[in-house]
Amino acid sequence: MTDIDRAHALALLRQMLLIRRFEEKAAELYTLGKIRGFLHLYIGEEAVAVGAMQALTPEDGIVATYREHGQALARGMPAGSLMAEMYGKANGCSRGHGGSMHFFDVSRRFYGGHAIVGGGLPVAVGLALADKLQGRARVTACFFGDGAVAEGGFHESLNLAALWKLPVLFLCENNLYAMGTALARHQAQPDIRRKADSYGMRSDAVDGMDVLAVEAATRRAAEHVRRGDGPFLLELRTYRFRAHSTADPELYRTKEEVTEWKRRDPIDLFTAWLQAAGALSAADLESLETSVAAEIDEAVRFAEAGPWEPVEDLTRDVYTGTP
Amino acid sequence: MSKMSYRDAIRSALREALREDPRVFLMGEDVGGYGGAFKVSYGLIEEFGPERVRDTPLCENTFLGAGIGAALGGMRPIVEIMTVNFSLLALDQIVNNAATLRHMSGGQLSVPLVVRMTTGGGRQLAAQHSHSLEGWFAHIPGIKIVVPALAADARGFVLAALRDPDPVFIFEHATLYPVEGEVDEQAGPAEIGRALVRRAGDAVSLVTYGGTLGKALQAADELAVDGIQAEVIDLRSLRPLDTETILASVAKTHRAVIVDEGWRTCSFAAEVSARIMEGGFYSLDSPVARVCSAEVPMPYAKHMEEAALPQVPAIVAAVKEMLVAHG
Repeated sequence: MTDIDRAHALALLRQMLLIRRFEEKAAELYTLGKIRGFLHLYIGEEAVAVGAMQALTPEDGIVATYREHGQALARGMPAGSLMAEMYGKANGCSRGHGGSMHFFDVSRRFYGGHAIVGGGLPVAVGLALADKLQGRARVTACFFGDGAVAEGGFHESLNLAALWKLPVLFLCENNLYAMGTALARHQAQPDIRRKADSYGMRSDAVDGMDVLAVEAATRRAAEHVRRGDGPFLLELRTYRFRAHSTADPELYRTKEEVTEWKRRDPIDLFTAWLQAAGALSAADLESLETSVAAEIDEAVRFAEAGPWEPVEDLTRDVYTGTP
Repeated sequence: MSKMSYRDAIRSALREALREDPRVFLMGEDVGGYGGAFKVSYGLIEEFGPERVRDTPLCENTFLGAGIGAALGGMRPIVEIMTVNFSLLALDQIVNNAATLRHMSGGQLSVPLVVRMTTGGGRQLAAQHSHSLEGWFAHIPGIKIVVPALAADARGFVLAALRDPDPVFIFEHATLYPVEGEVDEQAGPAEIGRALVRRAGDAVSLVTYGGTLGKALQAADELAVDGIQAEVIDLRSLRPLDTETILASVAKTHRAVIVDEGWRTCSFAAEVSARIMEGGFYSLDSPVARVCSAEVPMPYAKHMEEAALPQVPAIVAAVKEMLVAHG
């Protein structure tokens, strides 16, 4: 392994650890009542956001779902701005207007945080249309879950993007459950990538627990889109280790199934692989954990110290220029 | 100034915008090759090409959402939804995205989107093609709702909507397309949020908009024969709503009849009535009256459809009844 490869691998590992520890802290803060509303944790799916984001440039656009903490962190949004958003503070990334489900950062072209299943896809198609009409060679990456493929908007968006050859990278995070309904119970054709065939769209599927495989597959897909060869559907096969949200008693799956998937924890797998390759010492890992812990502590401090938006600002930004 | 149909006036604004601003493009079902279901965009594809006069598949929610995305990406899209009836398929993008993105992102995003659609009944198209739902849309903060009744406004509101940084929805009553009016093609955008007195009077305020303005004016003419001078207010914009102009008129006439093609229950007329009650109660000489559509899915048969919609005799009768009861 070259020094560059090793540095990159450690950066991937650190990002996955940052997401894992951030989510664990968010769950803890939720039980303390610091965070309210819905909280959808990304634990188990870290390799998807981290691997996929490697293929995107700062100019590319991102549209994500209500389970978007991982994407936001992998995109480089400061952990403090996300934590503060979940606190509902004015120094949050959406001024406390959105909460956990609606992270936005226009400076990083992170367009949310969409909490209606399938609702982000048409917006991504439009962002890509704007790029095409203005002659910009950018990619719009649109994350959505397996539940979204049952929505009409999924099919309409794939059709429109393919028809107009728009630079959209459709990234389906298949964690096997639409909330609590298993894929096989809601899809006549559960092989999601094959749905692209109906639209003459290129597609691929990849092991979403293997960060390097995700990165490689996303790079290939993004390259296709960036070349102007039209949209691409990439299915990332993963698993959510925690409940759907804080309101989910998990009646629909067995503990054995969850345990089985946890044996394929993307962080454990990658750590073991790096150790086997002699690229990660115990001291390296400890140092990563320490720096991640410090970043999370700082994020919590930032959120705790943040101001509340004045109530007088309640209707500000309903329209442009409204006080 | 020249005589021009409502349809041609909209086209004149679209052409002007497409010529002057490379960010502007039009998309919707059959806006290009077909020339527009109502011939509003007739000829534009020949002049501006299929990239800027863009035919879409039948997927209202997605092409409306794509309009939102394109607006976020720096374009100035004009999305045509063939009729308000089909806009029901796009409600998710309208209510959950167009209306929310600015506020929900803490003011980071702007959605400079223009959406045009026909509305209204009166053409024997039965229950699925005759809705007047602009009052529903006016319920939603974050979007603006304009309802041009005259050709000049139909042109002026397209130009105004394109200059607006927020989503503007233009409801065009389908019976108005062939109606001619005076249009100044040198005139710029119309002011969104300002109602206008279309006919002055002192006996009663007839408050209306869009497809029923003509009926209210005709009723006012008939009332004048009996010496009753009705003042006719054209709301022009439902959100924002120019309450001041309504209240100023009621302060003068002391009576109000609201004419609205929506169903009576939870109609826009109910909102106007509430505002008069809140801000003009002590100037009223009689309860506010409403002339709305009957509470029924629109029937096909001509005589039944006519009975369901607000008509001139009903407006005249409402005013006379008010004057007799509370003269």
